[in-house]
Amino acid sequence: MLDSLLRIVALTRKELLAVLKDRRSRLSLLIPPVVQALIFGYAATYDLNHVSYALLDQDHSAASRQLLAALDGSGVFQRVADLQRPGDIASYIDTRRALLVLQINQNFERQLLAGTGADVQLIADGRNSNTAGTAMGYVSSIVEQFNSTWGGEHGWSAAPVKVVDRAWYNPNLETRWFMIPGLIGTLTLIQTMMLTAMSVAREREQGTFDQLLVTPFRPFEIMAGKALPSMLVGTVQASGVLLVAQLWFRIPFAGSYLTLYSGLLLFLLAAVGIGLLLSAVAATMQQAMLYSMLLIMPFSLLSGLTTPLSSMPGWLQYLTAINPLRYAIDVTRRVYLEGTGLYLLISDLWPLALLAALTLWGASWMFSHRMQ
Amino acid sequence: MKAWGSKLRRIRALVWKETHQVVRDPSSIAIGVVLPLILILLFGYGLSLDVRNVPIALVIEQPSAEAMELVAGFQLSPYFQPRVLRSMPAAQQQLLEHSVDGIVRIPADYSRHLGAGDAQLQLIVHGGDANRARIIQGYVGGAVGAWSARQQAQGRAIASAPVKLQTRLWFNEADDSSYFLVPGLVVLVMTLIGGLLTAMVMAREWERGTLEALLVTPVRSDEILLGKTLPYFLLALVGFALCVLSARYLFHVPLRGALWVLLGASMLYVLVALGIGLLISAWVKNQLVASQLTMLVTFMPAFMLSGFLFDLRSTPLVVQLISYALPARYYVALLQTVFLAGDVWSVIVPNTLALAGMAAALALGSRVAMRKTLE
Amino acid sequence: MNAAAPALIAQQLCKQFRRKDEAAVQALAGISLEARHGELTALVGPDGAGKTTLMRLAAGLLRADDGSLTVLGVDVGSDPQQVQDRIGYMPQRFGLYEDLTVAENLELYADLRGVSAAERAKRYPALMEMTALGPFRTRLAGQLSGGMKQKLGLACTLVRSPELLLLDEPTVGVDPLSRRELWEIVRGLVADQGLTVLLSTAYLDEAERCSRVILLHQGKVLSQSAPPEVAGLASGRCFVATPSAQQSARALQARLLDQADIIDAVPDGGRVRFVRGTGAAAAGAIDDVLRGLAVEAVAPRFEDGFMMLLRAHANREPLQAVLVTRPIAGRPDDAVVQVQQLLKKFGAFTAVDRISFEVRRGEIFALLGPNGAGKTTTFRMLCGLLTPSAGQLRVAGADVRSAPASARSRLGYVAQKFALYGPLSVIENLEFFASAYGLRGQRRRERIAWATQQFELADQLRAMSAQLPGGYKQRLAMAAALLHEPEILFLDEPTSGADPLARRAFWRRISALADQGVTIIVTTHFMQEAEYCDRVAIMDSGQVLSQGSPAEVRQRASTLARPEPSMEDAFIAVVEQARSRANASGTAPPVAA
Repeated sequence: MLDSLLRIVALTRKELLAVLKDRRSRLSLLIPPVVQALIFGYAATYDLNHVSYALLDQDHSAASRQLLAALDGSGVFQRVADLQRPGDIASYIDTRRALLVLQINQNFERQLLAGTGADVQLIADGRNSNTAGTAMGYVSSIVEQFNSTWGGEHGWSAAPVKVVDRAWYNPNLETRWFMIPGLIGTLTLIQTMMLTAMSVAREREQGTFDQLLVTPFRPFEIMAGKALPSMLVGTVQASGVLLVAQLWFRIPFAGSYLTLYSGLLLFLLAAVGIGLLLSAVAATMQQAMLYSMLLIMPFSLLSGLTTPLSSMPGWLQYLTAINPLRYAIDVTRRVYLEGTGLYLLISDLWPLALLAALTLWGASWMFSHRMQ
Repeated sequence: MKAWGSKLRRIRALVWKETHQVVRDPSSIAIGVVLPLILILLFGYGLSLDVRNVPIALVIEQPSAEAMELVAGFQLSPYFQPRVLRSMPAAQQQLLEHSVDGIVRIPADYSRHLGAGDAQLQLIVHGGDANRARIIQGYVGGAVGAWSARQQAQGRAIASAPVKLQTRLWFNEADDSSYFLVPGLVVLVMTLIGGLLTAMVMAREWERGTLEALLVTPVRSDEILLGKTLPYFLLALVGFALCVLSARYLFHVPLRGALWVLLGASMLYVLVALGIGLLISAWVKNQLVASQLTMLVTFMPAFMLSGFLFDLRSTPLVVQLISYALPARYYVALLQTVFLAGDVWSVIVPNTLALAGMAAALALGSRVAMRKTLE
Repeated sequence: MNAAAPALIAQQLCKQFRRKDEAAVQALAGISLEARHGELTALVGPDGAGKTTLMRLAAGLLRADDGSLTVLGVDVGSDPQQVQDRIGYMPQRFGLYEDLTVAENLELYADLRGVSAAERAKRYPALMEMTALGPFRTRLAGQLSGGMKQKLGLACTLVRSPELLLLDEPTVGVDPLSRRELWEIVRGLVADQGLTVLLSTAYLDEAERCSRVILLHQGKVLSQSAPPEVAGLASGRCFVATPSAQQSARALQARLLDQADIIDAVPDGGRVRFVRGTGAAAAGAIDDVLRGLAVEAVAPRFEDGFMMLLRAHANREPLQAVLVTRPIAGRPDDAVVQVQQLLKKFGAFTAVDRISFEVRRGEIFALLGPNGAGKTTTFRMLCGLLTPSAGQLRVAGADVRSAPASARSRLGYVAQKFALYGPLSVIENLEFFASAYGLRGQRRRERIAWATQQFELADQLRAMSAQLPGGYKQRLAMAAALLHEPEILFLDEPTSGADPLARRAFWRRISALADQGVTIIVTTHFMQEAEYCDRVAIMDSGQVLSQGSPAEVRQRASTLARPEPSMEDAFIAVVEQARSRANASGTAPPVAA
């Protein structure tokens, strides 16, 4: 028992030395997750803070100015042009100079004062329909505010039903809050899985694996000695991203670290298990790398990081059941933003545990049966 | 003239060799064919930002005819899967468990206030996914609006808003998210074949020592470069054709510009990606490092920093500046315009020029990096 | 072109390599040499002498720091392309495209070298006949055996007759049969077509067959002359001694090597061949060792002169014997390894075909055979890395496969190419293997200290293993495999690519271990090394063709034409006989996988 433990420690130490001794490989493990967290933290957002729009105001009235003041005062909308003719609209949208064009018709104020209500046209560049949709949503909430102000001042009866909305866990609805906790799992998965898959393949390619097998190492000790270092590296990477989220982006951490790290531990176990399974199948480092890439891509696209799982077709949602990243992203987001406790995360944790158990068992089976 | 003849023969021999290798090497097939196919399928069927069938809790604190009418409105909407609950705590529990994305609370005094014209509905959305939350807010507003419209139609006096916003989404009238995902798909596939595959096969030559023997032959370094570039260029065009065909016939995305413009822009982008791949592999000479580096400098930015998914104008200045250095940004602009808007020359010309400049610089760079020495 | 001018002239040629945060390595320190037209010139010297650097400089792949290098009348530094257009170069690891077939590889190089269709029609049959690759034209290069790959590599460099052929260690890791074939090809080219060849080699018998030999040592030229001249340096100093009946040749050789004034001693056909030094002081001690033995003077060989030259320039490092701290238990005649009817099949392919042998305690046992004969498969089964398909296999009294992991701590294993952890330092490697074998506390410290001292590792303990010279790596690999004092040591091609000095040091250690009761099983491509062994088995196509003591094996292969064959002759005869028998009986020729 003690011997076994000491061998695992020795292998772990050797793996860590091999990875961390060289300054370049040390940096290549620690810098990219943090830099990626920073860049993607800024870039990966559906929020808009700079929407360029062109205006075609054919009314030039006090009412239109009041509406425009609300728009320009929001800080989000930048007017890039005052158009004279409807024919100019196309050129501004086509050339991407404006994301939106707002058109106010000639008798806008007259219709308002007459109490019939007035229409305002909003044209959006749908080449990125998601951005366009968000921008239109911003405009419509500004128009709503204008309506209640104007209506109050001019004796319009209020809308019969008013929706009072609140967003929990992310009161200002910032996508960044949603995105960055999701990156904790995503950015660690890539290197944890590759590191594990490669480390066995490297030994195999360089002949040291045979050397290991003729020592008293048992297959499970080799696996443990390969899994532990990758998990350690993964934990450090995850902590790096976590620090970026808290210290740099100042996203408040609502949950308990214990819960978060238990979830991460299970996730890393599953990731390492998949890595080991790949390494048992792959004969060379090149294959190990290819297989990991073939897996990582669907894993990260179908994880719910950038697009919600619930928008996928049913069969694909079932398929994501084997994606450990999907659970990890859910766990990190919920613990981070909502402070969800362990018992509510069971639905994420047991699949992770099952995945870890299955992959590790499969890898150990492959290891002991592939040496024939 | 004779010199040119033998030069061409050498290039042809290298291209032929490379083609044989691509066809026989499973890893080239994996990156050049399997991965693009996986991406096409995932993008076509897996990724969608469209929000449908949102599970939502409707809390009716006191049943009344008016409340039930509203509930019916939600049940009719294709956007919602409402569950009717009687108490707030139960709904909050479901929100916490993520079994619903939002709660609409119809207060006990709803019907009384409705008579007075100042009824309130409370909406709580789960803000975790802010984008989705915002969409749900919009949908709830829409459902309530549809209810008022029905009331009006039934002749009940309901006040209308002073300003009504009429929105039109140009280029994507149906608001179909595959319209903007498909151009992104093309970028990713081109990047994969052009950058990653090239970096790997070139690094493999260094690693396996095949280049050492090749260098000590009459082959010139520009011929080696051309021999590497041509087959992968063609393979990337096959990937391109695959993407365009699936865009057209699988995802029904229109191609409003000219095909030759699209093709030209894509060829330029492939050249740039090839150049990056060649440069990286000449620098690190190791498949493993080359592939990781290529992923880091080409693939990830093509996904995150090209503007196909996230709006670049809303990022901090530093990120915007970084994105100007990335070819994917220009290519995405070209793709989105040519696919959805048409041949808008004022967009096409500057972006094409940027890509052409990059291609020229990279060609020069790899020419310098690819010297015939082992040092 | 002036035919009288040498094909390659180097003058005061210097080349330095700089690695990050390390002192620069002077690979070539101002060497001057030449290779003449129409001749076969050999480049020999220990590891790190600068042979490969010189080859690469000549091929225009590196730029010299100083001095001049003229190849075929062209200054390589200023116009490498012109040189590359005219020469043929086969690097140590010839880069064949493994995804292309034999014919496609040839076509590629023919295209690149601008060979016309008419020329090809003449050239290809000749090349195919020369390399005997004809039947394998459509086979992927990746599926050829090591020897066939080398021959294909050579064929690719010869698709158009080069004006100068550079071959960098063309026979490393190639079995004796293929080596002989390759060598015949090269000699034929020089003799028949007047080709100019410069080749580097670790085999001194190959160098002896060249018209001129350049001996490099630590970036300097030690000698540049015809082989007989080198051999002449040792004239009058070479003797052969016959050991007494109770003494093995190996033991006598070991005793001789311990003497101060012995330049070299090797077992040779059951006797010991040695070279005496010039010093008179120690002569008495040598005479003591030889008292009562038949000693006769023999003509010097190239190898003897080579050793004289090296010993004069290299610091004389005493060839150290390894001392085992714990005597091995058990009687010396116990059979430690028993193999009966061992069979291994991979699918339909039989890699090892019902072989049987035994190795007794303290013996050195060698498995010899061409590439693909089944040696490595047998070896891997002995170490428990592969499961036999059938048959019995007992190692140290236990079945390696079913025995608990602790049983494996009784064996040591040195894999081909010394499988060490490259990024780790020497001491870290030792510490890791000590832990792997469960050594702790005091004993662990003692064993590491022992290994450091016995294998002379102390000066580079902190150096990264990947950057160590080959000989050092070999010592470290041995040290790591012996930390736990195994009873049995498995060594898979431990001397492949090693220079003559390192090989002698290696065998000195191995002999000492065997004398102290460690059982040693080894594979090698150097047939002279079989003379160090107590027993050898020659394998081909998965079968043992001949086994017994080296003398017995040689004896069995003796013919009227060659009454006293060398081990290499015997090996080639045994394998060729078996193959022609197999062909005659209609079975397909053995094809190396």
